[in-house]
Parts: sequence; C-alpha cells; structure tokens
Amino acid sequence: MANAQEAAAPNLGPAVELRHLHKWYGEFHVLKDINLTVRHGERVVVCGPSGSGKSTMIRCINRLEEHQRGHLFVDGLELTNDLKQIEAIRKEVGMVFQHFNLFPHMTVLENLILGPTWVRKVPRGEAIETAMMYLERVKIPEQAQKYPGQLSGGQQQRVAIARSLCMKPKIMLFDEPTSALDPEMIKEVLDVMVELAEEGMTMVCVTHEMGFARTVGDTMVFMDEGEIVEMEAPEEFFSNPKNERTKLFLSQILSH
Amino acid sequence: MTINTGESEGLQPAKAVFYNDPKVRAIFWQIVAVGGVIAVFWFLIHNTMVNLERQNIASGFSFLDLEAGFAIGEGLVPYSAANSYWRAILVGLLNTIKVAVIGIVFATIIGTVVGVMRLSPNWLIARLATVYIETLRNVPLLLQLFFWYAMIVEVLPRAKEAYGPFLGVYLSNRGFNMPLPDTWGYLGLLGGFLVALIAVIWLYRRNKKIHDETGEIKNTLGPSMLIFAVGMMIGWLAGGAPTSLDSPEFKGFSFKGGGEVTSEFLALWLGLTLYTASFIAEIVRSGILAVSKGQWEAAGSLGLKRGQILRFIVLPQALRVIIPPTTSQYLNLTKNSSLAVAIGYPDIVGVTNTTINQSGQAIEGIAIIMSVYLTLSLSISLFMNWYNTKIALVER
Repeated sequence: MANAQEAAAPNLGPAVELRHLHKWYGEFHVLKDINLTVRHGERVVVCGPSGSGKSTMIRCINRLEEHQRGHLFVDGLELTNDLKQIEAIRKEVGMVFQHFNLFPHMTVLENLILGPTWVRKVPRGEAIETAMMYLERVKIPEQAQKYPGQLSGGQQQRVAIARSLCMKPKIMLFDEPTSALDPEMIKEVLDVMVELAEEGMTMVCVTHEMGFARTVGDTMVFMDEGEIVEMEAPEEFFSNPKNERTKLFLSQILSH
Repeated sequence: MTINTGESEGLQPAKAVFYNDPKVRAIFWQIVAVGGVIAVFWFLIHNTMVNLERQNIASGFSFLDLEAGFAIGEGLVPYSAANSYWRAILVGLLNTIKVAVIGIVFATIIGTVVGVMRLSPNWLIARLATVYIETLRNVPLLLQLFFWYAMIVEVLPRAKEAYGPFLGVYLSNRGFNMPLPDTWGYLGLLGGFLVALIAVIWLYRRNKKIHDETGEIKNTLGPSMLIFAVGMMIGWLAGGAPTSLDSPEFKGFSFKGGGEVTSEFLALWLGLTLYTASFIAEIVRSGILAVSKGQWEAAGSLGLKRGQILRFIVLPQALRVIIPPTTSQYLNLTKNSSLAVAIGYPDIVGVTNTTINQSGQAIEGIAIIMSVYLTLSLSISLFMNWYNTKIALVER
C-alpha cells in the first residue's frame, strides 16, 4: 500500500527522537536516561511490567507529561515549554488512550470533526466527509449519530482511533489500547491497528498483545524500572532475549 | 409462549397473614400519618382562633387598606406615609426582589470568575481566590452585613462633605448620588444598544457559518465591541445628542435630584453578593474538577487550546454538575436578603414588621412574608429546573 504519510513528511530525520530523557515524580525517578529513535513508518512496540514507565514515556511524546532532563524531538521539532510548539506537535501526533476518553456529550461524528474544524480549520462539510471515510475504515459508519455511551468498548476504541486519524497525524501513539476491553473486543481493535500499520503509519504502541507485536512490530522495546532494558527486532526479541529481566517477563506473559 | 397466570393450576403463591402483608401495613401507616397531620393542624388553628377571639383581635386582611402612616427610606414605586399598608408592603417586596436579582447576577459573575481562578496554575491567583473563598464563606453573613454597613457609614464622610463629584457621582455615608438622564432623547442610546445587540447576534451567526463553510476562525469579540460603540453613538446622535443631566445637588440636609443608591442597599448588596459568590465559586470549581482528566488529555492531544477545551469539552459537562447546587445558592441569597432588617434596608420583612407592630396583625403579616418568600423561591426553582433540563446533556 502507498505510503502517503511518509511521502507527505518534509522531514527526513527520525519521526521521534528521545535523547537521555529523565523524569521524576517528586523523589521517584520514573524515566532513567531513555534513548529511543523512531524512523518514519517504523512500528515500535513497548512492553514491560506495570510501573516500568512505558506509559509515562509515550505520554511525554505529546507532552501530556513533562520531562525534566534530556531532549525530545518530534518530526524535527524539539518539545519545550513553548505552547505554540506543543500545539504544533500535538497536531501531528495522534493518541489513543486505554479508557478511550471520547467526549460523552457529543455524537460520534461531532467527536470526529471537533479537532479538524477547530485545529486544522477544515470546512465542516469536508471534515464530515473525512470523518465518515475513517468511520468506514474502522467499520462502524452506521454509528455516526450515536453517543459514545451507546457503543460497546470495542466500538468506542475504534471511534477513538478514527478521531485521532481525522487529524491526519504523522505519528500515532497507543497507550494500552486494548487493556480495558473484553477479550472478544480486543480483536476488532487490533485488526484496525494492523491495517493502519500496513498502510505505513508511524506507530509507538504500549501493549501486551504479543501476537500483534510479532505481526506488525519492527522494533520491540522492553522497559523495566524506568529503563529501556532491551531493544530488538521481534524475531530476535522473542526467540533469543538477552537480558534476564526480559526472559523472566516473557516467560510470565507467554506461559499461558 | 403464553404467559400462565397460574390460577387454573393452583400455582398462586401462599398468602401472608393480612397484618404481615407489607401492602396492608403501608396503607395503615399512611392513614395514621394523614390523620395525625390533620389533628395537629386542627388543634393549632382552632386554638389560635379561640385565643384571638378572647383577646378581641380581628383577623383577616382588611387592615391592608388602612393608612400605613410610616415612611420608607427607598422604593421603586412612589410611596408616602399616607398610602395604605398594602402599598407599603409592595414597596418592601419590590426592594427584596431588587436586591435579590442584582445580587444573583453579580454573585454568579464573581463566583464563576473566582472559581476558575482557584484552579489557575498561577500560584498567586489561585491563593488569592482561596483566601477570598475561605474568609467569606466562614464568617456569618450577618457579621459581614454589619461590616460593610460600618465601612460605608464610618469611613465615608457625611453628605455635606461628600467625596466627588467623580463623573458626577458623590460618595458619602448615605450612599452614592449620581446624575440621571433627564430627556427622552436618551432613549436613542437604548435603541442604538438594542440594534447593536441584534447586529452582534447576526455577526456571531455569520462567523459560525463562515467557520462551517471554510474552516476560517474569525475574531468575534473585537468587532462586537466596535458595533456596540458605533451603534450607541449613532443612537445618541439620532436622539438629538442630549447632554443635559439631572445632577444631584446638596441642598439643606440632603442631596436633591439625580439618582441615589443608599448605603443600606449597598451594604446589603455587597454582603449578599460576596458571601454567595464564595459558595458559587466552590460549586464552579467542583464542577470543573468533576470532568475527568482524560477529557482534558484527549482534547489536548487533538491540539485544542486551553480556552477551546474549556468551551467545547469541560464547561458543557461541568454545567450539568454546577446548576442544581447553584439554584440552592440563589434561593439562599433571596432568603438571606431578609437579614436586611439588621441594617435598616426596607425589604419585605422590615416593612411587614413595622406593619405588624402598628396594626397588631402578626399572623397575617407572617403569612404574607412566608407566602412572598415561598413564591419567590418556587419561581427561581422552576426557572432553574427549566434551564437545567434545557442544557441537560444527552449522552445516550
């Protein structure tokens, strides 16, 4: 499939680059010297035990969390305190949350066109067209006029993905997108994500879905206690993990 | 499948003894409760009638037509001591409504601003708001009324040595005396304002349409202000550009001419507004906090600005939480206005009290006050409930 996202990017450097990133919550050192580079079109899957800092790390990428030391570049722009810069970066970075965070007082369609009309300043008619196109792609165009509360968890998460895509982002971040879902709904969300990966979207994905990681991941990142412990291609990562902590984690997660 | 009543097959559940049946018990206790209430009321009313008769006190509302014989400091309708009691009570009622309405409007504005300020990331602004709220809502309102009244009466000079005029306004311990327009030409100003209002609504709609069609976001605030300024200017010129004013002048012992805001009204209004605003501020704050952090994050990650997030995401959801308790605060403010009696503002309670003292018709007087507050409170409740259903969120 054509790689439209990448072709549109003028910046040929990395999509995301974290250099010696540190973050503290008070005394607690959450992120310790994180170094990570994500190329355009690359799919990075981040895993690790809970409390390892993986969510915090990807939340830093669109400044939902602030880092205290080191440098963070998104599409060539450095994230600083500059509000304009933060807004500019958030426009290009889509985010999907564990708990969907759809706007409950708006219909699905209104959820989808809010960002495009007010941030991208797209005419309403055009925004609706794009929104319907993405709803087709996540296979729920018939739900456009409903409120989020009327949808199942899997449908809500697909709406959330469509909402991010409507902003035509260059990079998509997924923060445990399937952890709050019932097992039978996980697949419908993963299917959408796999399709997105096949179209060449740059993705950073925190997930424990190892099947998904194996199919679409270019790079596996294993984090523990705020550090990146291991970073490998999936085949190597699963068949031949180097670090003891990785081995332990994998044995726990793959044992059943 | 048909539904089987069970009757033909003897499947009726066994019946309980009738005095253990909850339905029978419920009916029994309801009869007892209603009977009890009726008995208590009959006792009260009968006793009162007998006692009144024994003391030769006439009951009924016919005394309202008698001459009141006392003066009232201020009012919205013309009144003199020669008018009847009901006219006096009407003046009191209008005074109550006046301070309640103006108080509610300002309490809402100040409360909202302070509530948002308390959530500000700016340390100083948030602390100032906290100090305001915690001081004002933890001191009894009656004391605050005494405080404001004392501030005005003690700190400002006597009318003879009034400060000012500042733009025609005199400040003294009797309150504010200000100039008023004295020709009909000023109606042009009002007309200009109304025309400008319509123009601004049109502008707002047009900008929304432009946004829908092209995505362009136009500034509405600046042009609106300009339209108001120009509209009122043209209206003023059309009215013959009047410049004369009925200015207050100190003659003899008091100000003559112009309009007056008495120190009693000012103290009551300030006290009620600032006190109630501190509660409304907390309601507004809790309403905003009730919207989950995830909503801010989701909206932020779409690239929306803080103001847009408040406008589109947070406030619509917060209002649902804010409105019912705010209604209670409006009711409180209205009822608290009866504390006016402590600083001599002639509200319904003050005027009716005087009426009771002069006529001896205590029961009727209290009945009037109670029905007035009941009517006012129910009207506010009805209006706010209507507003609440109107903006209630559809979520499913």
